Amino acid sequence: MGSTLSQKVWERHVVRRAEGEPDLLYVDLHLVHEVTSPQAFEGLRLAKRPLRRPELTLATMDHNVPTNDAAPEEISARQIEAMAQNAREFGIRCFPMGDPDQGIVHVISPQLGLTQPGMTIVCGDSHTSTHGALGALAWGIGTSEIEHVLATQTIWQKRPGAMAVSVNGALPPECSAKDVILGIIARIGTAGGAGTVIEYRGSTIRALSLEGRMTICNMSIEAGARAGIVAPDEVTFAWLAGRPYAPKGPLWELALDEWRALPSDDDARFDREVTIDATTLRPYVTWGTNPAQSVTIDERVPSPDTFGADANREAAARALRYQELRPGTPVREIAVDAVFIGSCTNARLEDLRTASEVVRGRRVKPGLRALVVPGSMRVKADAEREGLDRIFREAGFEWRDAGCSMCLGMNPDVLRPGERCASTSNRNFEGRQGPGGRTHLVSPAVAAATAIAGHFALPSDL
Amino acid sequence: MEPVRHVVGRALPLARADVDTDQIIPSHWLKRLGRTGYAAGLFEAWRRDPGFVMNDARYDGASILLAGANFGSGSSREHAVWALREAGFRAVIAPRFADIFKSNALANGLVPVELAEAIVTRLVDAVRADPATEIAVDVEQRLVTAPGLRAPFALDDHARSRLLAGLDDIAVTLLREADITAYEKKRPEWLPKVR
Ligand code: SF4
Repeated sequence: MGSTLSQKVWERHVVRRAEGEPDLLYVDLHLVHEVTSPQAFEGLRLAKRPLRRPELTLATMDHNVPTNDAAPEEISARQIEAMAQNAREFGIRCFPMGDPDQGIVHVISPQLGLTQPGMTIVCGDSHTSTHGALGALAWGIGTSEIEHVLATQTIWQKRPGAMAVSVNGALPPECSAKDVILGIIARIGTAGGAGTVIEYRGSTIRALSLEGRMTICNMSIEAGARAGIVAPDEVTFAWLAGRPYAPKGPLWELALDEWRALPSDDDARFDREVTIDATTLRPYVTWGTNPAQSVTIDERVPSPDTFGADANREAAARALRYQELRPGTPVREIAVDAVFIGSCTNARLEDLRTASEVVRGRRVKPGLRALVVPGSMRVKADAEREGLDRIFREAGFEWRDAGCSMCLGMNPDVLRPGERCASTSNRNFEGRQGPGGRTHLVSPAVAAATAIAGHFALPSDL
Repeated sequence: MEPVRHVVGRALPLARADVDTDQIIPSHWLKRLGRTGYAAGLFEAWRRDPGFVMNDARYDGASILLAGANFGSGSSREHAVWALREAGFRAVIAPRFADIFKSNALANGLVPVELAEAIVTRLVDAVRADPATEIAVDVEQRLVTAPGLRAPFALDDHARSRLLAGLDDIAVTLLREADITAYEKKRPEWLPKVR
């Protein structure tokens, strides 16, 4: 029997395997950010342990940084300084605020060419699954595990299951990668991928850009999966070629040979398979407080009575109360107070281009707060070279520096209690964007159209 | 980490599914640099509701949390486990945990006990009927007992022995130094180095 892509990457990284133990895996790249790492560095210091492989470690500052000119509050400034200090002390490369390579950890590593097919990548952040878009096996870890990786460059892991999600057919107009993943989560649920690595396959995935594949892999965690992965192909290689850390010359040829052998074998077996017909997808809008609670933009807010099991009915009723929504309301009639275009899900150049096309020559609905926060300073610079910043600004959007911004309600960008936001991020949990805030997850095109209309809308509605 | 053999005590019937780590501890608490000082942030938003179960004095001092499926989903923040531990919880019983939460719990001696939904519901009902109901989690035997109930739970051997011994994982791994070095010698040359 053949192997799946994720099994192949796994097997190539086993340092030790013994009966009754998880595998000890080697970590090719460890990404670090300011929020989940300070306790890990402190642990090393207390135990007087060195950092084993500084050259396989990269740090940035993204979660807790302001993305405008404001100074960070004092407690955040201390965390930012601690990251810089830890990077200096342990000899690792760090992109601080203001650096041209700074940005959201999951945006900068692929952009630098550090994320490559067949690698193992970990980071103290659940959306590390993003890197799977290039055929890397990448997953989020906790702070104790961060300390373990810093000290040993390895991690103990139980072998996950393999799940295949095949998406076939041409995407309908106005549908994007975001709608594919929201559609998948609506279908399989928040624990649909539990205990597995989801491999996204099929003609729809093959036809997506690498950016689109990152959007999909990013939200694997919202389906409960350990990681998401896409087989590397010509799209991947073309995207990687020439990037600063991509192999060069003869090493590129060597790497290519390895990468071409990675895709799942034809006779590989998956523990679970789901097939999605892309031609039936529509743009999605979440109405609830978990990412599976969504409907298409053409539908209405559902009634809790339509949910079978007691637990689901109760959860839906709770979510509607929190979101202050009435069953039966057409999604297009829900008005929003804020629009956030950003995050590691949807803040790459392609996302900003899509959104800018929608708002070009139009004005944000008066009274509505609209933010565009590029995923990295490089994305920002590239967008400015294309004049996207002007389009957004003229439409009434704020144009920010790179960071997580309003994705997580930690830095100065937060929703006020009761505010409703159309967001291109990945989590609509209660209070995620600020205590009492209400989040609806959408694609960049829907977010942009919603900013203009003031309520959920498609570009073609404008 | 201290060894954990048994957790015996009263339980808090949270009984909600899909409790994400943003609810367990909101992100503004993550600005801190240490591993302590998180108890006040535990379920911070929900605690503002006087009707929230944690505000019910009958459950004060509970050391076991009874939760719904997919507990600890979302963000990888280990702060969620630190907050639960600091608030006195030593075990969480739920039909299923999110993967990262489970590893974080095991790394901190918070016992993640997975039991079938029907059994968790029975425990919740028992505790709601009598908040003084005592529940015992035996890590060694992998067994939960409560009045009229004995339920074995799954916990792999490795996780069990880590809890029982309270080992420092890094020290254990460093015993494998020779394996790690041997692996490093075989790594392909084209793999990136950050410089
Ligand atoms: S953008 Fe949001 S989801 Fe992504 S790493 Fe930052 S906080 Fe996490």
